[in-house]
Amino acid sequence: MEDMSAYPLEISGDGTPMVSFQKVRKAYGPLVVLDNLDLEVATGEMVSIIGPSGSGKTTVLRMLMTLEQINAGVIYVDGRPLTHMDKAGVLVEATPKHLRARRSDIGMCFQHFNLFPHMTAIQNCMEGPVHVLGLTKAEARDRSEELLELVGMIEKKDQHPSRLSGGQQQRVAIARALAMRPKVMLFDEVTSALDPEVIGEVTNVIRKLVSEHNLTMLMVTHQMGFARDISDRVCFFYDGKIEEQGRPADLFGNPKRERTQQFLSAVKEAV
Amino acid sequence: MFDWLFKDEWFPKFDWNWGYTWEIIPRLLEATLNTIIAAGAGYAIALVFGLFLALAQRSKSRALTFIVRELVEFVRSTPLLLQIFFIFYVGPQVGITLSPWVSGMITIGLHYSCYLSEVYRGGIESVPKGQWEAATALNMSTLQTYKRVVIPQAIPPAIPGMGNYLVGIFKDTPMLSVIGVAELIHTANAIGSETWRYLEAYTLVGIIFLALSLPAAGFIRAFESFVRRKLGM
Ligand SMILES: Nc1ncnc2c1ncn2[C@@H]1O[C@H](COP(=O)(O)OP(=O)(O)OP(=O)(O)O)[C@@H](O)[C@H]1O
Ligand SMILES: [Mg+2]
Repeated sequence: MEDMSAYPLEISGDGTPMVSFQKVRKAYGPLVVLDNLDLEVATGEMVSIIGPSGSGKTTVLRMLMTLEQINAGVIYVDGRPLTHMDKAGVLVEATPKHLRARRSDIGMCFQHFNLFPHMTAIQNCMEGPVHVLGLTKAEARDRSEELLELVGMIEKKDQHPSRLSGGQQQRVAIARALAMRPKVMLFDEVTSALDPEVIGEVTNVIRKLVSEHNLTMLMVTHQMGFARDISDRVCFFYDGKIEEQGRPADLFGNPKRERTQQFLSAVKEAV
Repeated sequence: MFDWLFKDEWFPKFDWNWGYTWEIIPRLLEATLNTIIAAGAGYAIALVFGLFLALAQRSKSRALTFIVRELVEFVRSTPLLLQIFFIFYVGPQVGITLSPWVSGMITIGLHYSCYLSEVYRGGIESVPKGQWEAATALNMSTLQTYKRVVIPQAIPPAIPGMGNYLVGIFKDTPMLSVIGVAELIHTANAIGSETWRYLEAYTLVGIIFLALSLPAAGFIRAFESFVRRKLGM
């Protein structure tokens, strides 16, 4: 058993990070995917995660979304533990109820959109606000229309996903996640399943979010140019660890570590 | 040249009486209604209870999953006829006395709920994992996820299987005659034993079953595409 007293019950004070991974470990059976991961994301910061396939990038986001349980360490969101809870002054593993209460701070967009196929675009956006947040239908509709407008999908609001292109579906998925008003948005390779000509319509939406909204964002991407453009910080993952991180200009322009250099030049050749 | 082939006594003698036929039709139609009610009520029980069995088999409780899985296996590997007799005749010994009708519909409903639970399970398993994850990302509860996301998508692929068992339950209703439910076979038997004429009654029963079962396949297909359209899929 891990000694939980090494972890604070909460983080407070100025500069409390919006997201904080502390010594987080994730293993699938004998396969250790992430070990001793420390990662902090400040409020309003846009952090990109890059790295080779299998390095654990998706796993980082999935743990934060509570889609995967962690095996050690603690994740904090907005200063309060997400994966654990305070039981008489000791951190214990979170109950489903605790997860449900805390996960509302986080929203996620997936590589394959995962829209609900039996609902129209606007129904997809209204689902959470009505049934989870308890908004009235009218309130949820207003909020959803506003967001569909933001992502440029208002004209198609009554279409089912099967009638939409990949880029359009992804934009609806972004609106759906935003409708829950999360503090942290997670994007897992949201353009990887798209045809090249529609990638721009999705990245432009993310650009708009970065410039106009004070959301904290974590984005896994294979688009180095995009990551360089919009991130405050880039983390290069290698073999379940952060091999190198820094401002995009530094990491892309002047990578310090050999593995980062190798990865970036391999990516450059592939383009 | 083939005269030797057509010896009269080699052919069964059909002795069809039209007057008698018209006479028994009203009784058979009444029995048809009873059969439809028995099958319909049994099916309604199976539709609802089968869903509970399917969900129980997916619950996080190992014990519940185990018990339900064994129960389903047990019911599916013993004859329906035995179950009908058992509940009707052994039930009163343990204090459960039911009329033939109620007992029969419950038995056939529970029997088919075990089959339908498998159909539902297949439908639920066909819903991609990403749908569950999207629901979690929206912070939906397990119940909301089933109700609003998973089950609506699990139904269309389950409809052909559900339809097959509707026809199956309908064809199994004659078994209820053994405990005295006045469905078609029971009524045909009664008619036959009153007059010693069986040909007309049994033939009509066959025609009635055929007339009700045959259009079912087409109807089920149409219903499936209707549901898919309704869900926008
Ligand atoms: N459910 C699982 N069971 C077992 N192993 C898993 C599971 N999910 C992920 N892994 C393993 O964990 C490791 C990290 O996976 P992850 O999906 O985080 O990689 P990634 O960096 O996102 O890769 P990619 O760029 O290909 O998406 C991989 O070796 C993967 O095979
Ligand atoms: Mg990945």
